[in-house]
Amino acid sequence: MSRLLVRGGRVIDPSQGLDGRRDLLLEDGRVARLEAAIDARDGDRVIDAAGRVVTPGLIDIHVHLREPGQEAKETVASGAAAAVAGGFTAVACMANTSPVNDSRLVTELVLGAARAAGLARVHPVGAISMGLEGEQLAPFGQLVAAGCVAVSDDGRPVMSAELMRRALEFARHFRIPVVQHAQDLDLSGEGVMHEGVASACCGLPGIPGAAEDVMVARDLILTEDSGGRYHVAHISTARALGLVREAKARGLNVTCEVTPHHLLLDDRAVTASGFDANFKMQPPLRGESDVAALVAGLVDGTVDAIASDHAPHTRDEKALEFQAAPFGIVGLETALPLCLDRLVAAGILPLARLVELMSTGPARVLGLPGGTLAIGAPADVTVIDLERELDVVAARFRSKARNTPFEGWKLRGCAVATIVGGRLVYERD
Amino acid sequence: MTEPAWTRKDLLGIGELSVAEIELILNTAESFAEVAERPVKKVPTLRGKTVVNLFFEPSTRTRVSFEIAAQRLSADVVNFTSAGSSQVKGETLADTAKNIASMAPDFVVVRHAHAGVPAMLARQLECGVVNAGDGAHEHPTQALLDATTIRLHKGRIAGLTVAMVGDIMHSRVVRSNILLLTRLGARVRVAGPRTMVPRGIETLGVEVHHELEPALAGADVVMMLRLQLERQSRTLLPSLSEYSRLFGLDAERMRLAKPDAIVLHPGPMNRGVEITSEVADGSQSVILEQVGQGVAVRMAALYLLAGTREARS
Repeated sequence: MSRLLVRGGRVIDPSQGLDGRRDLLLEDGRVARLEAAIDARDGDRVIDAAGRVVTPGLIDIHVHLREPGQEAKETVASGAAAAVAGGFTAVACMANTSPVNDSRLVTELVLGAARAAGLARVHPVGAISMGLEGEQLAPFGQLVAAGCVAVSDDGRPVMSAELMRRALEFARHFRIPVVQHAQDLDLSGEGVMHEGVASACCGLPGIPGAAEDVMVARDLILTEDSGGRYHVAHISTARALGLVREAKARGLNVTCEVTPHHLLLDDRAVTASGFDANFKMQPPLRGESDVAALVAGLVDGTVDAIASDHAPHTRDEKALEFQAAPFGIVGLETALPLCLDRLVAAGILPLARLVELMSTGPARVLGLPGGTLAIGAPADVTVIDLERELDVVAARFRSKARNTPFEGWKLRGCAVATIVGGRLVYERD
Repeated sequence: MTEPAWTRKDLLGIGELSVAEIELILNTAESFAEVAERPVKKVPTLRGKTVVNLFFEPSTRTRVSFEIAAQRLSADVVNFTSAGSSQVKGETLADTAKNIASMAPDFVVVRHAHAGVPAMLARQLECGVVNAGDGAHEHPTQALLDATTIRLHKGRIAGLTVAMVGDIMHSRVVRSNILLLTRLGARVRVAGPRTMVPRGIETLGVEVHHELEPALAGADVVMMLRLQLERQSRTLLPSLSEYSRLFGLDAERMRLAKPDAIVLHPGPMNRGVEITSEVADGSQSVILEQVGQGVAVRMAALYLLAGTREARS
């Protein structure tokens, strides 16, 4: 009988509409009691959470752990370490590994590595198409049976409308969402940054917002016809978000996520950085009005989750010139502090809504256990210190990768303890 | 009047230069233009210095121009050309930079297909770096030589109407020229097909036209851009003749500009595409003078950067 008592904290649990001082008792990997005052028994481990915020374990539904095949960038173990250090108790990892996660064997390999690491829960996302080649459907049934929670060709948009239609239909058998990296590759072409004033002025090839918009529009039509369950990964434009808002109003089963970098940076940051490849990602940092629309979508409920799109690359890869460097930045260890400091402390987003966007919301999107501190729920908990100051120093990341555009940012608020299955897996010194 | 001092280690783009710095280069170039008239076209300014021309993109005239400029200043010149980016060879730009640094050159002149490469090298190298064209970003010495050519004929930049015509989207020449000419008080128009003019370019303070005629009307300077035939995808342009019909400069269209207007082209020209031979070789053309000015401007740039190096050592 292992017991952990989290005592004296301000418990925010959006799943129960709770925001108040409570003691939380975790027993045998489950939430056992959540009450005004719980006495510790002999042998109980006690965490003093006075002055701190206690939330359901944060969940990042969009990360790349790179294992198998690209272990120089990240491994399941290093990624899981980064996750718990960032306050995440669970992550969903994308299928664009080498080999691709289009079979039970790869899913089992990832889950085995996650068990061995014993840190965050890792939920694999299977491929939509074999080898992410956009042709033959992957065996969703086998993948789900092995432990996959969704399917996505993330990194490679599903360009074929026919394939997307069939994926939406077939995924209904397993009640899993189809997660789309919405980008029309013909429209994005050779682009490396958002097509707008900044790209016009600096001469880098642009990726128009329409590349995302037309894909989301197409997929929403297919979602409506198929009755499928559709999720837009890292939505980045005002118009795509508007399409999702309308589709939700019409009752379609659609959700979307936004990354912290698309909420906090715009395309001007690319030129201001002197073409630093740490500002290069897909979708690109968009225009100022897109950023404003995404923030409004957080507040009004259109956005279901904040996800990092943690995309580790080696230092050498990112040291290449902007146009040659790979797309993607890391985010697991900066997502929560960025949102706490720049959205909550800035008065843009209520703290309870941020907790919802990072725990209850993502759990709902992928149908995961967790995202709640209801009695009997998994004992996954994040303890947050809103006053704790944090300098972003990539060299100190648990992740193997250092590719962040937020180096040197001074932030206030971060996770100080992360509990997975009733075990304290991370504690900030 | 005392001229402002030049304190920059590198010449990376017009975007970072003040009006005073631009004028300093132009004035210095004018004094160097005289060297070309001498029987012995050499001054000892850069004796014992090494200039590396590092060209990752094919270019003959810009490289030769830099080479002659360096030689006229008595520098030793090494040419390093490599097709494609460093990635093709499997060597990162950082490695290339370290290799160059260990040869201890005084200046590196860089041409690369990717925007920002000269700036990246400048951050890593102790020597002076000159941008000889990076992607569609900047080509500062081209804009400077265009400006000296214009000043030579018009005596000024401020108040002139300059029309730049062609593929605005992919042109580094346009970007550097817009920055320079607007900064010095010219009225700048850009014109090209809608598929080749990026939306948002007007925020740089230029008038945007999608028809040639109004762009040319009353212009003092007409700058035709090279249509990069190798770069055009089939969706940007149906055919060369279609382009030529809409945006090609011929003698009749040239009459829309002021009678004393001059015609510039950064070269190499596609005769019969963006410009007819009648105009290119006509009395209003100053295209060959631009090439001559190029040497003087590049001498000026190297000379000023050498001053910075001297001051630092």
